[in-house]
Amino acid sequence: MHDIVKEAANLINLDVMKITYLFIVGFVGGLVSGFIGSGGAFVLTPAMMSLGVPGLVAVASNMCHKFPKALVGAIKRAKYGQVDVKLGIVFGISAEAGVMYGAHIQESIKKAFGDAGSNLYVSTAFVVILAVVGGLVLRDAVKTYRSGTASEEETTSKIARWVQSVNIPGTMVYFKSLNARISVLFTIPLGFATGMLAATIAVGGFIGVPSMIYVLGAPSLMASATELVVAFVMGLGGSFKYALSGLVDIRLAMIILAGSLFGIQLGAIGTTYVKPFMIKLVMGVIMVIVLFSRGLMIPVYLSKLGLIQTLNDTTVKMLKNTSFIIMALALGVGAFIILQAIWQGRKAEQRSAQEAFARLKA
Amino acid sequence: MASNTLKKKPYAPMILMGVISATLYATLLTQQDIINKYFTLGGLFAFLPIATALLFSFVHGNFTGSFWTVLGVEASKKKKEVK
Repeated sequence: MHDIVKEAANLINLDVMKITYLFIVGFVGGLVSGFIGSGGAFVLTPAMMSLGVPGLVAVASNMCHKFPKALVGAIKRAKYGQVDVKLGIVFGISAEAGVMYGAHIQESIKKAFGDAGSNLYVSTAFVVILAVVGGLVLRDAVKTYRSGTASEEETTSKIARWVQSVNIPGTMVYFKSLNARISVLFTIPLGFATGMLAATIAVGGFIGVPSMIYVLGAPSLMASATELVVAFVMGLGGSFKYALSGLVDIRLAMIILAGSLFGIQLGAIGTTYVKPFMIKLVMGVIMVIVLFSRGLMIPVYLSKLGLIQTLNDTTVKMLKNTSFIIMALALGVGAFIILQAIWQGRKAEQRSAQEAFARLKA
Repeated sequence: MASNTLKKKPYAPMILMGVISATLYATLLTQQDIINKYFTLGGLFAFLPIATALLFSFVHGNFTGSFWTVLGVEASKKKKEVK
């Protein structure tokens, strides 16, 4: 492992272009994470690898930028009263266990089926989970928008009402985001699944946030803010584990952090201007676009495993590039919706302030 | 708007944290060789990248926070709290 790091340290010569590239990708990732609680990080690992960083170092450095970023985001959103620290910590600890188990599964698959098998597993997980969860989240956001109830308070789902009604003595904890006591026997498997997803596709929040909203009954704004606490707990443990093996390239992590801290502050500010369904909309849109990005890569891995006809190099290269572009596009679209929402929200607020001032003068 | 102009903008914290942040980044980039050597040793040296990440997040996080405030990009005044 140390050889990989030494090789990376020698290989990666950080020039102005590379620093600028990482800074910008970090900014966009931070913006999205600040808004939906997660989801900005998955593009960073392939982005670093495209600069020649070995896969493990890229994963480790990504994680080492994620936990301080999540910390700054969580503190900012706590100021707006959106964070449930207790739920974040309870969720985060079980997520940490999920990360360990997820990493173990990854290693076993890699041992049995090699890199292509491991990549196929990751891409399939991406496609299945994003299709199911992303589809549900996006459908709910569109339904809310069309029903004209976007301005009203969110309703608690049937499952969440049932979860909140179950009483298992000795396991009940009060969570302020739910304004109810629920059994931790519900939060543990959800946190575990969040961690497993984080270990597999680098974004646990795609399970964490929807499960807090639909299964536990948390409002979207609080779920996405609380996910930042979960990401901090998970990221801190994960980074330390990687750092023990000397895999973190601190230069890469801190350059990405430089951009992402500008982004996360802006994303957090953005949540105060939007209606709750916008969180679901941005999350759903990103999940569905990323789904196509990873779906494109499945034939590549199937062909490497000899399960389908071998693809030629040009096709593989084209599929890889298109997949990366679609993934970047997903983040770009998310960032655009957030920036536009902030812009419109600010303009509307300034207009009403001017009108109030004019009325006072009159 | 009116409150924006009346409220004092955090120029001093922004400049102070900005200078410290720039110094930290300059050190990181100019001392790459020695940093790479010790930060990738593993074992107890694992605390080095973790502590660095926390230090950078505190300094740079405060700088970026003040940066947006100075630019006038602040949270909505209508909706401070959820619930």
